[in-house]
Amino acid sequence: MPRHRLPSLLTRRAALLGATGLTASACDSSRPREGFLGAMERLNARAQAALFDARRLAPELPPEETTPPGKFPEYFVSDTVPLMPAGWALQVGGMVARPGVLSLEALQRLPRTDLRIRHHCVEGWSAVASWHGVRMSELARYVGADARAGYVELRSFDAGYSSSWDRPSAFHPQTLLAYGMNGQPLTPGHGAPLRLYSGVKLGYKMVKYLTEVNFLPEPTGGYWEDRGYEWFAGV
Amino acid sequence: MAHWLNVPLLLIMAGSGLQILVAYPMLGPKGRPYGWYPFQGVPPPEWARLGDWLAGARHWHFAFAWFLVLNGVAYVLYLALSGEWRRRLFLPRRDARNALSTLAYYLRLRGHAPAQGLYNGLQRLAYTGTLALGLLAVLSGLALYKPVQLGALTALLGGYDAARAVHLVVLALLALFTVGHIALVLLHPRSLAEMVSGGRKPDA
Repeated sequence: MPRHRLPSLLTRRAALLGATGLTASACDSSRPREGFLGAMERLNARAQAALFDARRLAPELPPEETTPPGKFPEYFVSDTVPLMPAGWALQVGGMVARPGVLSLEALQRLPRTDLRIRHHCVEGWSAVASWHGVRMSELARYVGADARAGYVELRSFDAGYSSSWDRPSAFHPQTLLAYGMNGQPLTPGHGAPLRLYSGVKLGYKMVKYLTEVNFLPEPTGGYWEDRGYEWFAGV
Repeated sequence: MAHWLNVPLLLIMAGSGLQILVAYPMLGPKGRPYGWYPFQGVPPPEWARLGDWLAGARHWHFAFAWFLVLNGVAYVLYLALSGEWRRRLFLPRRDARNALSTLAYYLRLRGHAPAQGLYNGLQRLAYTGTLALGLLAVLSGLALYKPVQLGALTALLGGYDAARAVHLVVLALLALFTVGHIALVLLHPRSLAEMVSGGRKPDA
């Protein structure tokens, strides 16, 4: 073996040992949003935001693709299915010209959007239903959301479940405050009376059992995001 | 270096991918599982997983995917710029006959090995097939990561759930190849030394 090969072998070994040490100390599966894994999540979030095109739509699907009755999963974090409290209304605040409270009837008087698109869950399953409601961008216009509010926070009556979104995804034409599914009013299992539904995020970003929408200058994390799941979570 | 860096990178991607699969160990959309998949509802074994839980595994997967892609891009550039692709890639008109003869020899249907250079046709086929699998792994992974923003790619693969099946089948084939490849290297230890050191230049 020619002599000049030796240094390069040593360098390889050093690089490998270094990489192994770095990986072990900076990749903590129990805290995936910190260390090296966290830095890579921030890189991925920037890449996802750069890739995001506000005009690109999730394909509308034919009725035959609808998930069979009872097979569309109903997720919530409370021990039992959360039920709408008496006198429910949606509180809208943050950087808006006209903060206030909207009843379901008031929301239903705003322009209605219908869509049937594929749902992508972080767990890996997909399902299809049709949804109807009012676009987030429509609500933002109605309450006069400030252009400097780069984030939208969503709160619920499901044991503190919440999330926050980047403005471009929240204002996407397929992001709705949905009050109906498959032509019917929402059932408690799917987030009655009002939930977020969108073609551009994973399921856990679509907060159900909504109580509050706030237009804010900073992101505010969320239930799963605070437990280690990605914040951006676009699809 | 670039070549065997694939082993730890593929192990990380496979382990974290299998941990992600645990969250929904089925193929096909909700309510319509694929009939051909024999392991519906069977989670992959614990020893093969990395990342402890879904969020941990996803972070591993999407962090190290970059390095696998970078390694692959560097490798393809090397193949193209060095002219090595002529020696290593399977070119059907040149290599198909040799690949068949070599296979016949291995199967004892033929008494002697066909004449060959550094690589025979069968080696070139396996080699090129693995590159194609690697490319398919990356493309199906991108389709799963961005089924809407990269909707054309997802549609090309037959949709989100089909892309998920492709991603898993590609993993199985790559795992088979890697196990076979490493077994052959261990049977011929000198080739390992040559791989690590870069080997002798056969033309020298």
